[in-house]
Amino acid sequence: MATRTILNADEIRRTLARMAHQVLEHNRGVEGLALVGLLTRGYPIAQRLATWIETIEGAAPPVGALDISLYRDDLAGKMRPTIHRTDIPFPIEGRRVVLIDDVLYTGRSIRAAMDALTDFGRASSIQLGVLVDRGHRELPIRADFVGKNIPTARDEEVAVRLAEIDGADEVLIVNSVKTA
Amino acid sequence: MKSQPILIKGGRVIDPAGGHDARADVLIKNGTIADVAKTIAGPDGARVIDASGLVVAPGFIDLHTHLREPGFEDKETVATGTRAAAKGGFTTLCAMPNTKPPADNPATIDYVLRKAREDGVVRVLPIGCVTKASAGKELAEMGELAQAGAVAFSDDGHPVGDDNLMRQALAYASAFDLPISNHCEVDELFQGGVMNEGWVATRLGLRGVPNSAEEVMAARDISLAALTGGRIHLAHISTAGTVEIVRRAKEQGVAVTCEATPHHLTLTEQAVLGRLDDNGPFEPLTTASYNTYAKVNPPLRTRKDVDAVVRGLKDGVIDIIATDHAPHNRTDKLCPMAEAAFGISVLETALGSVLSPVHGKAVGLPRVIEALTAAPARILKRTDIGTLRKGAQADVVIFDPDASWTVDTSKFVSKGKNTPLEGATLKGRVTATIFGGAVVYEAKA
Amino acid sequence: MTMPARARKPEPYAGAAVALPRKHVLDLDDFTLDEIETTLQNTDAMREVLGREIRKVPTLRGKTVLTVFYEASTRTRVSFEQAGKVLSADVINVSSSGSSTEKGESLYNTALTLQAMNADIIVMRHPHSGAPYFLARHLKSCVINAGDGTHAHPTQALLDMYTMKRHFGKLQGLKVVIVGDILYSRVGRSNLWGLTKAGAEVTLCAPPTLLPPDFMSTSRQHHDHPFANVRVETNVEKAVEGAHVVMALRLQLERQRSGHLPSLREYSRMYCINPRRMALAHPDALVMHPGPMNEGIEIDPEVAHGARSVIEEQVTNGVAVRMALLYSVVTPVPSERRPS
Repeated sequence: MATRTILNADEIRRTLARMAHQVLEHNRGVEGLALVGLLTRGYPIAQRLATWIETIEGAAPPVGALDISLYRDDLAGKMRPTIHRTDIPFPIEGRRVVLIDDVLYTGRSIRAAMDALTDFGRASSIQLGVLVDRGHRELPIRADFVGKNIPTARDEEVAVRLAEIDGADEVLIVNSVKTA
Repeated sequence: MKSQPILIKGGRVIDPAGGHDARADVLIKNGTIADVAKTIAGPDGARVIDASGLVVAPGFIDLHTHLREPGFEDKETVATGTRAAAKGGFTTLCAMPNTKPPADNPATIDYVLRKAREDGVVRVLPIGCVTKASAGKELAEMGELAQAGAVAFSDDGHPVGDDNLMRQALAYASAFDLPISNHCEVDELFQGGVMNEGWVATRLGLRGVPNSAEEVMAARDISLAALTGGRIHLAHISTAGTVEIVRRAKEQGVAVTCEATPHHLTLTEQAVLGRLDDNGPFEPLTTASYNTYAKVNPPLRTRKDVDAVVRGLKDGVIDIIATDHAPHNRTDKLCPMAEAAFGISVLETALGSVLSPVHGKAVGLPRVIEALTAAPARILKRTDIGTLRKGAQADVVIFDPDASWTVDTSKFVSKGKNTPLEGATLKGRVTATIFGGAVVYEAKA
Repeated sequence: MTMPARARKPEPYAGAAVALPRKHVLDLDDFTLDEIETTLQNTDAMREVLGREIRKVPTLRGKTVLTVFYEASTRTRVSFEQAGKVLSADVINVSSSGSSTEKGESLYNTALTLQAMNADIIVMRHPHSGAPYFLARHLKSCVINAGDGTHAHPTQALLDMYTMKRHFGKLQGLKVVIVGDILYSRVGRSNLWGLTKAGAEVTLCAPPTLLPPDFMSTSRQHHDHPFANVRVETNVEKAVEGAHVVMALRLQLERQRSGHLPSLREYSRMYCINPRRMALAHPDALVMHPGPMNEGIEIDPEVAHGARSVIEEQVTNGVAVRMALLYSVVTPVPSERRPS
């Protein structure tokens, strides 16, 4: 399997810093804002964004973790992923919620996340921030904040590695083995 | 075609009654054995059967078959049962009396004999009940049954539980010099059990029947036989303990005989797990577990018991092999274990099964054939069957002891397709069966 | 209003735990340790769902769950029903009273009818051991065993294990004592499988007539025997000494009539889990019971309702565990489901 690095640790750091500024600019500050990270890798990204926002603005938005396994539409006949505990320790009602995920692909995870979020309450608006947008949308979903646009082929995989989970920060494209 | 002479050429003739085991020709004329010799020139018009590479033996005698007729014709009839017997190499069947009505009266005995004459293709000898309706309360009219043609008495399906009644029965039957075949099982220790008591039953959550349920009654029966001088025959014994009890009794000269079934000579309780080997007793259960086709009475026991039964057969402690052929219809077994009927359809797989310990060198082929021919004939006190001596009934089986075949119950002649051997590979197959000088079964080429 | 800089970190997410690709849940004997841990992890997540204001997720929307109970059981059946409904499944209850089973219809024919109803998941409780295996053999649906005869009760064992893990943080090395009618207990058996796989130290305690005969013999000394390290004890004081978990099993009242016990009074005197006996256990010990209880016979009321009892929590955890299992079984894809 061939891999190539798209973002290294420093590039990820700068990208997240820029995204934090964009979130603040778009939302005119931290008031009424909340970040909800999709488990598993969306959550540490959301936490880091919250830290950046605190550095820039002096106050951090609350951060929640959302597991969307129970809302997915593509599980028929397949193995079931393990579910992790959803934890949204603040009311959603009336908040501007920014969903955070590592990779935006078909858009189905985000659709599931919006359904889940609606069960928790009526947000005043839902925005989307992703570290990587790799195209190939199957639903009318678009991200408000994008770290990097990476055009990919369908048989490629975008792997995001984060220190909190994988021990190091990097974004890779993994090619499936191509026959000579 | 009874009149056409048959010459069976070049087979290995094993006739334990006559002490023969050698390559020879067998000539059949007018429904009896005309000659057995190294080379026979057949008379004109004789049908010649080439038996080279095959074994030629007297037609097998089964002292324990359930033909189910009258009353349970959905499970089997005399017609289908005798045809299954012929396919399995059996030319004489002793029909157990647990029919509906039970054979506790001469009319039912007559009926079975008539059906055999009209619809059957091999010999059927009826067994009468020991007690009325096999209820274990009052003796059946054994004299009448004997006169009508019963060759033994049994309440099979049930034990004769009352000790005193068994004593009386043994004493009474001795007047007719007929044996009582008892299904040894103490009710209070059986208690609705569905398989052998042990680890497999524990992990399946099924009620088990301990070895003692059989051994306690076997010991009782032997003691009562010694007391009364009656002839006791222990049906389908299954435990190492019973083998020892019988061994000691015979050493002391008690007139006891006993039988083992093909399944008790080969299969263990693992069959209930859906396995035909001894492996994986601790592996997880699968949807093949709770195999109702392995539900039989007495239950399939442990490897230790099976080995002891095989040794008992080899030593002669176990006199005969009897099938306990117990056909059932599909519905009777298509349910959870607790609800399923007991019994295995045996006639068509018996030979393949009993040759398994022969191939495994645990017992010799002549001894196994003796247990299917000369020894049951001795119990029936008949000199004209179970033997190839001149003038004996022309009941002959020709089989290939090495032919491998896969058990496919859809091809069974018996109505009972209930066997745990479905899909198993057996070694040993009947090529032809002759009854009274007529070919009643021939394997397709 | 500023919120804390970091929200509470949810339960561990590191490492991809094994997904459960299973069709049926019949007993714990075929669960790997990974599968057990994944199930407990999923149970935790499900418990969070039960704590929400809107206790509904769309996971099993459009799926049909049939509960087929041939034995009366309000508690377990309601637990499964609730579990299915929170997951948005269509739950249909088929109970034995008034149904065709009482008219003598065989289990096989009932199974064919259930199949024709396109059930995705069948939850079955039956008085005969092996009945769910029979269904699984003949149907395309997933089968979850809610208790079969004296054989298995895997969902109960999983909720018991979840309860223990919640309190002690782990199962490995935990001293668990199961007291009571082991011979006839499907709860005891499934717990044995699950706890031994998870590395707990299990002790079984009962009078000799209520232990499986092969447990009293030396047959467990086989090196491969899954229960080789299970301790068997007929003295309850010795059994509970230092135990982290004391699980009392329900004593069926007919055991006296069938000759297993001289009297219930004697059983109670010798085996009842009372405060005096619980004082011998570990200071943090839990008291568990699968219910329903015969208070005063196998368990003292003071203990049953005391501080160390987690019996009510077991019931709550039961719904979460059953949700986790309903989620895990791989239901047939629609094309498989249609009758051929």
